[in-house]
This record gives sequence, structure tokens and C-alpha cells, in this order.
Amino acid sequence: MPALPLDEAGKYVAGAYVVFVALILIYVAIIAAKIARIDRQISELVSEDDE
Amino acid sequence: MYSKGLAPLAAATVVTLTTAFALVFFYAPNDADQGFVQKIFYVHVPMAIVALGGFVAGGVFAIKHLRSGDSSWDMRSYVAIHQSIILGLGVLVTGAIWAKASWGHWWVWDEPVLVSFLVVFLLYCVYYPLRFSIEDRERQARYSSVFAITAGAFVPLNFVAVRMAESFTHPRVLSQTGGDLPGDMRLTFLVALLGMALLFVTLWKLELTAKHASMQLKKLRNRARVAA
Amino acid sequence: MIAAARTILRKDLLIELRTKESVPAMVLFSITVYVLFHFGLDRDSLDGELASGVLWVTLLLAAVIGVSRLFAAESAQGGIDGLLLAPVDRTALFLAKAAALFVFLTAVELLAVPAFGLLLLGPGLGGAFPELLAVLLLGNLGMAAVGALVAALAAETRAHELIVPLLLLPLLVPLLISCAQATEPLFREPAATEDLGRWLLLLTLYDVVFVLLSVAVFDFLLED
Repeated sequence: MPALPLDEAGKYVAGAYVVFVALILIYVAIIAAKIARIDRQISELVSEDDE
Repeated sequence: MYSKGLAPLAAATVVTLTTAFALVFFYAPNDADQGFVQKIFYVHVPMAIVALGGFVAGGVFAIKHLRSGDSSWDMRSYVAIHQSIILGLGVLVTGAIWAKASWGHWWVWDEPVLVSFLVVFLLYCVYYPLRFSIEDRERQARYSSVFAITAGAFVPLNFVAVRMAESFTHPRVLSQTGGDLPGDMRLTFLVALLGMALLFVTLWKLELTAKHASMQLKKLRNRARVAA
Repeated sequence: MIAAARTILRKDLLIELRTKESVPAMVLFSITVYVLFHFGLDRDSLDGELASGVLWVTLLLAAVIGVSRLFAAESAQGGIDGLLLAPVDRTALFLAKAAALFVFLTAVELLAVPAFGLLLLGPGLGGAFPELLAVLLLGNLGMAAVGALVAALAAETRAHELIVPLLLLPLLVPLLISCAQATEPLFREPAATEDLGRWLLLLTLYDVVFVLLSVAVFDFLLED
């Protein structure tokens, strides 16, 4: 198959890079949620301790 | 203990990946045959190499776990494998995009890297059901380590077998790795590979830190509950 | 340790001889799959790569059944606790189970391969029989080693009938590739033996790696 013209090819290349970046961002978001949960639980522990 | 050096590592990752992307789009020339589409190669192949490295690392950590009985090695193994599976999914998706753009089909069997990745991915997906169907924590870790070692040894064998099979039926057309790349493409590729590896290690340390903190917290809460 | 392995092997073979639970089922299954392929592919006779592929995929699927049942006798009657309490080296257990699986697979093939020759194979089995035998035996060795390992890995899990095929089949892909590629020229009319050495070498490498790995790792399974 001959090489795709730039405008068509651009969509595929963009798609591939978007997939890559999206994976990273989703992963980081999940870890961030995990950290937020840990933070919340620490605050609970601290407030229990204060009582 | 896992977060040592995390910040500089993250910084290095950002710098390297940004440089890599810049090189890909402003420095590396367009491929003579495939044109602009070949740029996918700079994200697809580094992902594949790093994922394979992650699987092998998971196996090595598993060996250390079995020999020492220290469960922190099991955690390192689990996170490495877990992240490599996610990366592997990315390899398959970007590979499919590349195949569609180059060949017009969403899947091609001619590409030994892609095909052997499919097999490896299918195998490692069983890691989760195997792991989580064993309730006893210590046994779970031990069996997972055995799996990680077996699968880690399998990865290179599988790659060799698939490559041998493909080379007899289909001459390799799509991929170009390492050896026959012109200088400026090779530099771009190496920077991209380095960035991907740094990214993997950074995220690996990040998840380990979060998991470790979560475990420590659980211990604290249990202690507090008992004391109350 | 060899004595212990031999004892366990004899027990498994005796049980199979008496109950006839695994091998006949595997043979029946293989022949059924040939019939399925006949209808699925809409072909009366196969040769070359199609024949090779059908035969080896069928054997692999039959092996899955054999592997699922490898520890069946023990887990059904709690015998596995007895085995583990006895001072038996895990390596002996692995050798016994792998040897049993090897014997079962060979027994199945004694019937399933001629059946294949009868039902689906165009050129007939005689073309390059010693070579075919070599591929079958080396293939059985690999399947036995990997199968015993997977059986042990899955033995303690809840969903073990699901885990066995999902684990075993991807692990056997290099073996399938080597065996199918090696057998393909043997099933041509007239039979040839091109590239046989190369594929047998890969197959042997696979067997060595997985036998050594399983022996090294088996100690950590099936504990307490």
C-alpha cells in the first residue's frame, strides 16, 4: 500500500500518541484517587485520636 | 522507602519524553516507504520493549521473593507485571493503529512483535484471576511468583518461536528496530526508549509508594482499633 | 527421591488403568474434534499445513483435559494432604506427575494419530513416520512438563477448570509452532523433511527450559 497522504496519516499518528498519553493520564488519575483515599483515612485516624 | 528519588525521576521522565516527542515531530525525517505513519513506531516499539522488560523484571523480583520469603519483593513483582500488562494493551492498540495505517487492516499476522505480544498479553491476563482466586495471602504471593517466573521465561522463547514462524511465511515488512535505522531516526528512537523506560520506573515507584502507604495505614488503623 | 517418584507414578498409572477416566475421554475428545473440523472446514481430506495444524490443535486441546485431571484423584479424596504430609520431595511429585502425563499423552496418540490418518489425513501417515514419531515424543515431553506445572499452579485455585486452559494454551504456543511447522512437510504428498532440524532444536530448547524451570519452582507449590 502506498504511503498515506499527510492529512490522513496525521489522524492515525495522532490516534496512537493520544492512546499513549491517555494511558498515562488514566493511570496517574487512579493513583491520585488512591492517595486521596489514604489522605482521607489518615484524617479520620487523627480526628479519632483527638477525641 | 519506595519514594526515594521519585521526584528527580519524575522530572527526568518529563524532560526525556518531551525531548523525545520534539525529536519525533521536528527532527526525525519521514520514512521513505511509510511516510508520516512511521512516526507511530517511536511510541509503539519503545512501549513493547519496556513492557517486555517489565515482565522479565517481574520474574526476577519473583525469584527474589521465593528465595527470601520477603513479601516486599512480591509487591514489586506484582506492580511491574500489572503495569506491563497495561503497557501491553497500549502496544496492541498502537500496533493495530499502525497496521491499519500501513496495511489497511486493523490486524496483521506478519508482525512478529505484535503477534508474540498478543500471546504474551493473553498469558499475563491470567495473572489476575490466578492471583485473586487464592485467598491465603502468603500462598497467593508464592503462586503468583511461580507464575511470574514461568511466564518471564516464556516471553523470550515465545518471541523466538513466533519470529521463526513468521519469517518462513511472511517476509518482515513493517518493523525496523535498531540495526538498520539511519542515524537521526536511531537517536530519536533511543531517546523515546529511554523516556518510556523512565516513565515505567517512575510510575512503578509511584504505585509502590501508594500501596505501601495504604498497607502501613491499615496496620495503624488496626492498632488504633485494638487500643480503643 | 527417584523411588518416591516411581511409587507415585505407579499409583497414578494403576488408578488410570482401573478407572479409565482420563485417556479414553481424551481419545474420544480428539476424534470428536476431527469430526468438528471436517464439518467446520468442509473438507474431506487435509494435507500439509492444514493437516498439521488440525492435528496439533486437537492434541493440545486434549492435553488440556489431561492436565485438568492430573491432580483430580488427589483433590477429590483429600489424598493431596496425604501426599504432602509424607516426606516426599516436591521434585519427586513433579517427576511422577509429568511422567504420568507423558504416558497418558503417548497412549492417547497411539489411537488419536492413526484415527487422524484414517479420517482426515490425505497423504497417510507412512510418509515420514520416524520423523513424526520424534516430533510427537518431543512434543509430549514439553506438554508433560508444562502441563504438570500448570496443574499444580491451578490445583489450589477456586476456578481451576477455567485457569488450566487459559494458562496452558498460551504457554504451549511455542511448542505448537515448533510441532506444527515440523510436521507440516511430513504431511505433504510426497512427504518431505525440510527445516525439521531447526524446529526440533527449538522444541528441544523449549522442553529443556520448562523441565528445568518446573523442577526448580515446584518446591514452592502445593505446600501445607
